[in-house]
Amino acid sequence: MNRMPTLQNTTDEVLRLASEHFKVPVEKLNPNDDFFKTLGINSLQALDLLTRIEQHFKIELPDYELQGVSDFRTLAERIQSRL
Amino acid sequence: MLDLRQYQSLGEALRAGVERWPDEICLIEADRERENVRMTYRAFGAAALALAGALQEAGFQNATRAAIIMTNQSKWLISAYAIFFCGGVLVPLDYKLTADEQLQLMAHSKAEFLIVEYYLWRAIAQADGFKDLGARVVLVTEAPKDADLYGAKRWEDFRGAGAATFVPRARKDAACIVYSSGTGGRPKGCVLTHENYLEQCMALTALYPFWPGVRYLSILPTNHAIDFMVGFIGPFTCGAAVVHLRTLRPEYIREAFTRYKITYMSLVPMVLKNLEKGLRQRFLELPAGRRRILDALISANRALTRRRPNLKLSRALLGQVHEAFGGGLRALFVGGAFTEPATLQFFYDLGIQVGNGYGCTEAGTAITLNDFKPFRADTVGKPLPGMELKIVNADAEGIGEVLVHSKTVMSHYLDDPEMTAETIRDGWLVTGDLGRVDGDGHLQLFGRKKNMIVTEEGKNIYPEDVETVFEGLPVKEFCVFAANFLWPARTMVGEKLVLVIHPEAGAVVTNELVAEIAERNRRLLNYKRISGYLVWDRDFPLTASLKIKRGELAEQIRGTLDRSAMVVL
Repeated sequence: MNRMPTLQNTTDEVLRLASEHFKVPVEKLNPNDDFFKTLGINSLQALDLLTRIEQHFKIELPDYELQGVSDFRTLAERIQSRL
Repeated sequence: MLDLRQYQSLGEALRAGVERWPDEICLIEADRERENVRMTYRAFGAAALALAGALQEAGFQNATRAAIIMTNQSKWLISAYAIFFCGGVLVPLDYKLTADEQLQLMAHSKAEFLIVEYYLWRAIAQADGFKDLGARVVLVTEAPKDADLYGAKRWEDFRGAGAATFVPRARKDAACIVYSSGTGGRPKGCVLTHENYLEQCMALTALYPFWPGVRYLSILPTNHAIDFMVGFIGPFTCGAAVVHLRTLRPEYIREAFTRYKITYMSLVPMVLKNLEKGLRQRFLELPAGRRRILDALISANRALTRRRPNLKLSRALLGQVHEAFGGGLRALFVGGAFTEPATLQFFYDLGIQVGNGYGCTEAGTAITLNDFKPFRADTVGKPLPGMELKIVNADAEGIGEVLVHSKTVMSHYLDDPEMTAETIRDGWLVTGDLGRVDGDGHLQLFGRKKNMIVTEEGKNIYPEDVETVFEGLPVKEFCVFAANFLWPARTMVGEKLVLVIHPEAGAVVTNELVAEIAERNRRLLNYKRISGYLVWDRDFPLTASLKIKRGELAEQIRGTLDRSAMVVL
C-alpha cells in the first residue's frame, strides 16, 4: 500500500536530490540552510533542481512556487502541499 | 509592418494588426512538453473582443484602470488587448512580488479591475491587506474546478453578450502605469502614454524588424517594459508571433529554440552568462581534433565579421552552434542590467548577435542599442532614432550624468509631482546613471549617481524598499544605502547594499544585534538582501519632518569612513 510520505521524508528526499544534483555531500546540507548560500547557486540553477524534484515526486510545480523560498524545509513544504 | 505614425493609440494599432494578418499565427503557448495554445490573429481578436464586451457590460469605461498579474502566457496579451480596445489604462504588476506588495500597488494605482492567475489570486486573498482591495471586478484564469474564487469571476466564462465598442484614445493619453520600484517605500508609477509606446516601437523595429513568420520567445516578465514592447507591441504591429513558455527552466528554453525555430529572444545578463557557460562546457568536452577545427572556424568567423555581421556566413561556418539555437535565430537582446563585454564578444564570435542596450521604464524601454555597424562589446550602443542624449556635469574624462530627451519619455510619476519634477527637468529625463558618449556616438556606462543597485537578474533594488524589514531593530536609527552610492565606484557589477546602524548612546554592537540583523535580512527575498553593515556613531541629519537626509548622511560617511569599515554578514 502506498503511504503518503511525511514532511520529514520529503525534506530528506529534497536534501538527497540537491546533494546529487549539485555534487555536495548530503551530510553538509541542513533543512534550514539557505540553499543559495550553502550550494553557492543562483536562481536559475535553483530552477534546474525543481525539474529533478518534479521527476522524482511526479508532480508539477510552477516556477513561482520557488519565489521567496530559500531554505530546503520550506521547499519541502511546497512539494508536500502538491503531493 | 504597420505605419505607426497613423495611429493614435495602442488599441487602434493592435486592432489594425489583427485585421491586417488574420491568418498568421500570433501566439503559441507551451507548458513543458505540451502545447496549450496556437492561435491566429483572427482568433486572438475574437477572444479579446469577447472579453472586451463583458468588461464593458461590467461598467468598464474610457480611462478605467485595470491591473494584470500573470506569468507570461497568451491570456496576458488577450486581456491587455481587450483593455486597450475599451480605452482602458493597463497596470501591469509583477507576478513575482509578494501578495502584500501587489495589494499596495493595486491601492496606489486605484485599479478598478484585476485580471490574475488563480494561484496568485489565492495568495492575495489570503494576505492581510486583502480586505482593503479596491478592485470591484476580479477575473481569475485557470481556476481549478470547484475552487474557492474568493469573490472573483472565471476569466474563461467572462464573455460579453453583445459586441464590444472600440473606444478611441489620444496619443497623449495614458496607456499604462508601470511600477519601476517602490514596493516598500514610495511607489514609482510611471505613467506612459500611447505616444511613448508607438514611438518606441517605431524606433526599435527600425533596427530590429519583425514580419509575419518571425517568432519571438518571451521569457522576461511581460509586466516589465522590455517584454511588453518586444514581446507584444513590436510583433503584434508587424504580424509576427510570440511564443510563451509556462515553465522557464533552462532545459525547456533550450528545447523551445529548436521546437519553435525562434527568431529573437530577450534575456537578462545572468541567463546569457548561463548560456555561455553551457556552450563553453560543450566545447571543452569535444575531442581535441574537433575542438581545433571549431577554434579555427570561430577565428575565421571573427575575422570575416569584424566590420559587420554576416549571418548567412556564420550559419554556414558554425552550423552546429546555430542549430543548437534552432537554426533561425537572428539576434538575442540583453538588457535590464550590465553585461560583461567578454560575454557579448563570445556570442558575436560565434555569429550570434547580442543586441546590448540600455534603458529604463521612465524612458519607455530602450534608450540606446547596439546597431552592429560595427559590433562593439564595450558600449551599450548608440541612441535609438528619436533619442537625444546629453551628458551633464562631466568630469575631465567626459563622464557625467546621462539625460534623455525623447517622445518616449514617460508623462509623469502617478500622484507624485515632487518626484516627477526631480526626474524630468526642462523636458529632460535625469537617469541617475553615469556615462560618456565616445567619438563614434556610442554610450559607455561607468556607474550610478543614484542610490540603488541592479542585480545580474536585472532587478532594480532601492534601499528604501528593503528598510521596512529592519524596523524595530534595537538601535537609535538606521538607514540602507547602495555601497557604490556611499563610495562611488566606476562599476555596474557586483553592487551591494549596506545597512548603516547608529547604536543607542553608550551601547555597543553585540552578537545578539548582529544575529538579529542577519535574521531579519533572511526575511527578504535573496536578491534584496544587504551584504553587510556599518556602524556610525553620530546622529543622522534629519529634515523638518524627521526624514533622513540621505544625501547628506552619505556625504558625512564618505568623508569619514571607507569601504573597509563595512562588516560583511
